[in-house]
Parts: sequence; structure tokens; C-alpha cells
Amino acid sequence: MSEIVDDIKFIDEEGKRIDGRRVDEMRPLKIEAGVLKRADGSAYLEWGDNKVMAAVYGPRECHPRHMQNPSRAIIQCRYNMMSFSVSDRKRPGPDRRSIEISKIISEALENVVFTENFPRTSIDVYIEVLQANAGTRVAGLTAASVALADAGIPMRDLVPAVAVGKADGHIILDLNGKEDNFGSADLPIAMIPRTGEVLLMQMDGHMTMEELDLALSYAKKACQEIYDIQRDALHRRYASQAGTEDDNDDDDDLPDEEA
Amino acid sequence: MADEVVSQIKKGHIHKLLSMGRRMDGRSADEYRSITVEAGIIGSAQGSARVRIGNTDVVVGVKMDVGSPFPDTPDRGVLTTNAELIPMASPTFEPGPPDQNAIELSRVVDRGIRESEMIDLQKLCIVEGEEVWINFLDIYVLDYDGNLFDACFYGAVAALRNTIVPAEKHEKGDDYPMPLRHYPIQTTAVKIENSILFDPALDEEMVADARLTVTTDENGDLRAMQKGLAGALTLDEVNEIIDTSLRLSKGLREIIG
Repeated sequence: MSEIVDDIKFIDEEGKRIDGRRVDEMRPLKIEAGVLKRADGSAYLEWGDNKVMAAVYGPRECHPRHMQNPSRAIIQCRYNMMSFSVSDRKRPGPDRRSIEISKIISEALENVVFTENFPRTSIDVYIEVLQANAGTRVAGLTAASVALADAGIPMRDLVPAVAVGKADGHIILDLNGKEDNFGSADLPIAMIPRTGEVLLMQMDGHMTMEELDLALSYAKKACQEIYDIQRDALHRRYASQAGTEDDNDDDDDLPDEEA
Repeated sequence: MADEVVSQIKKGHIHKLLSMGRRMDGRSADEYRSITVEAGIIGSAQGSARVRIGNTDVVVGVKMDVGSPFPDTPDRGVLTTNAELIPMASPTFEPGPPDQNAIELSRVVDRGIRESEMIDLQKLCIVEGEEVWINFLDIYVLDYDGNLFDACFYGAVAALRNTIVPAEKHEKGDDYPMPLRHYPIQTTAVKIENSILFDPALDEEMVADARLTVTTDENGDLRAMQKGLAGALTLDEVNEIIDTSLRLSKGLREIIG
């Protein structure tokens, strides 16, 4: 594939990208909280052509037992791509990539959850990628933190995340699939806007120091934008719960007469 | 699925209601919960559908690839069905390879699709004995609130009905719709004491004595069946369930589209 890289122009004369975005413009992001019944908390996210579901169970008894921590809860994340989420069918089940992503997402979330409130328990976070188009790990983390909040788990803050990359010699925000395939650098990052703390960061490819500064400034701005969308999703979730009392109530099983 | 627990109080309550001819959620015995089907929701799949029955929620994708036929069917495409009970869907589902519940589920869905000859596998032969289309039918359960058998089956049927064979991508000519011959419909009923209930919700499934899944085609012929759980069914009950299944199948076919 690499021989055709030079033929693709990722930025046109007007500074627009192949999908018409500016270099510092995100793909459209939609988040909905509380979309699953059985899970304690959940969120569904569409971000460009990414479709991601996140669900949270817990705090609950920790399995396997030897992983229990007597002083705090542990966060166990499972990031998974559905077999049909990518162009060539992915074999179902975990691979090395998804295990690594699960680990760094767990660690990022552990930072914001008040794990010390729930010793010896596990908070299980499940991320399923239904359809993938670059940036699924940041999409997964963004959805997971909304699902944690939807589960009512005490948190210091939400965790917005985004990827910045480089294509055609330009730093660009939130790469799409094509840009990601032919890009020359990728920097996924999660940053809490309120404090500026970085909770997840990876990078591969090649960037100068100036490019890194620019990338981080794009990321910072985008994280604020994502954070507002996350908050809005939770607002809508609680507004709808307040509006219809029985609608989202999970304990609706027994009619009165059983006593 | 067998690991779910239901309290004695709830169990007693379900039995008490049934003795008065009522169900927990007010449905009649042969009434399905509301079914919604969204087809073609996954752009990276050749065919897809998301199906909800009440709160049960599944997503099904079809991926197609070119491969070798089985030696005993050199002129037919291959169908492979896989169902995953992912831990997102229930507090009792655990990560890991498919357990016996997931395997029974995927085999029941596979049998309904295969035995009804829904897909014209002969039209999925490219070069006899050498190249055929391989269909991967992958099912993921997102939310488990009972009756996965039917939800997954409807998802599979709806996904296959909007599948496009990716011939161009594999340099096998123009893309074309999945060749289909029949339109099977499946129903699942459980027996609790002396009541037969269709589309069991989770609570009902947990206290069920026996289960019967029935697949019929658009001509009203029987194509597949699966009895589950330890309880027994009388032949009269089996006939009653098949009759009701046939009666329900017309309406279900309209909903699934």
C-alpha cells in the first residue's frame, strides 16, 4: 500500500481534508447514556464512522479473587472489536492489541474513580466496537467514562479522549480511517479539561517538537469539546429519568400484590 | 444463561399469576414483546441488523470471504455461525471462549437458517471444488432480558436479507444481493407448570421447566426444532406450540421485513 501514499493529497489548496474538515476539526460525535437494561451503567457513542458501546458492572465481587485489593476497587476493562467491525473479518476474541488497549483504558479510568471507597471489589468496564474507523480506543474511553458516571460510580471527573495525527505533513485532529492508514504519526490522548491532567497518551510515527506542541493544543481544545458532549449526554439521561419515573427503573419486577 | 438466579418470592409470584392466567408484564400467553429491527447498521459488514425484543438487544453481522468448499459439498458456499454472550449483556456472562449456552444458541440459529435452505448456497459457488463464498454470521448479545434464541434468529434473518455479496472487492464481477430461497421464522415457547408462554422474558426463562424452539418456512412447513431444559412436554403441548408458532409466523415475518 505504501507506494500510493504520495498520490493521495490529504489537505487541499483551501486547507480542507478529504472529508471536508479543517485540520483542527473533529468528526461529529454523538453520545447517549443509559442504553442497556442489565448493565449498571452504559453509553453508546457514534463518532464519525465509529460505533461503540460501553457497559459498566460494579462495584461487585472481584473475580479472579487473587486480584482483589484490600484497600481499593480495581478497574477491569475489556476492549473488544466485533468480528464485522473492520473491513476484513477479525477473528473473535482478544488479541495482543486489544489486551494492551484494555490495560491503558483501565489505568486511565482508575485515576478518576474513587476506588478507595470500594475495597476488595471490581468495577468491570466492557467496551465493544461495533464499527471501526480510526480512533476506537479514544472513542471507547470517552464512552466508558460516561457509562461509569451513568452507573453512579463516584468519580473525580469525566475522561474525554481524542487522537491527533499527521498526514501529508500537516498535524490533523481526529484522524479518519483513510488518514489513519496513510498517516505518518498518531497520538491518542485523554486529558481532563478542568485540571489539564493527561490520563492516557500514546504516540507512534514521527513529529517535530513544534508539531507536538500544535498537536497538544488541538487535543486540549478537542477534549473540552468532547467533555461538553459527555456532560450533555448525562444531563439528557437524568432529565429523561426524572421525566418518566418507571421508564428506566431496573427494579420494576414485582407488582404490589405479592406481599 | 443457566447461572441467572431468581428469588423464591419472584418464582412464587410468577406461578401465582400464571395460575390466574396472567404474566408478569401483562402479556397474553402467545404475545411477543415489542420487536424492533434496524437493518444495515454496520457499514463494515456485508449485511447487518440490530434486533430488540423488549429489552433484549442483539447485533448481527455478515462477513463474506472467498475460500475453499468442504470436500463433501464442492458446489456450495459455506455458512459459519458464531454467537457471543459478551459480558456487557448480563452480570452472569463471563469473558472467554463460547460456553455451552453460547454454542447451543449459535447452533440453533445456524440450524434454522441452514435447514430452511434460506440461503441458496449453490449460487455461492464460484469454481466448483475450488472457490466458494464463505459466510460468517456473527452474533453479539448486547443486553440479555430473555429469549435470545428468537432475537438472534431474527437478527440473522434480517442481516442476511440485506447482505450484498462483495464480488467486486474480490474481483469476481459485480456485487449482487445474497441469493435467498426461503424466509424462515422461528418462535420459542417455554412451559412453566401447565402454562405455555411464547417469547419468555428473563424472569420467565429462569423459572421455566421446558423450552421449545420451532422454525417454519413461508409455506408453513416445519424446518427445525430444539427442545431445551429438563422438563417434559406432552405431544399435545408440542402440537399446540407448533400450531401457535405457525399462526404467529406471518405477523413476525412482516415485522422483521
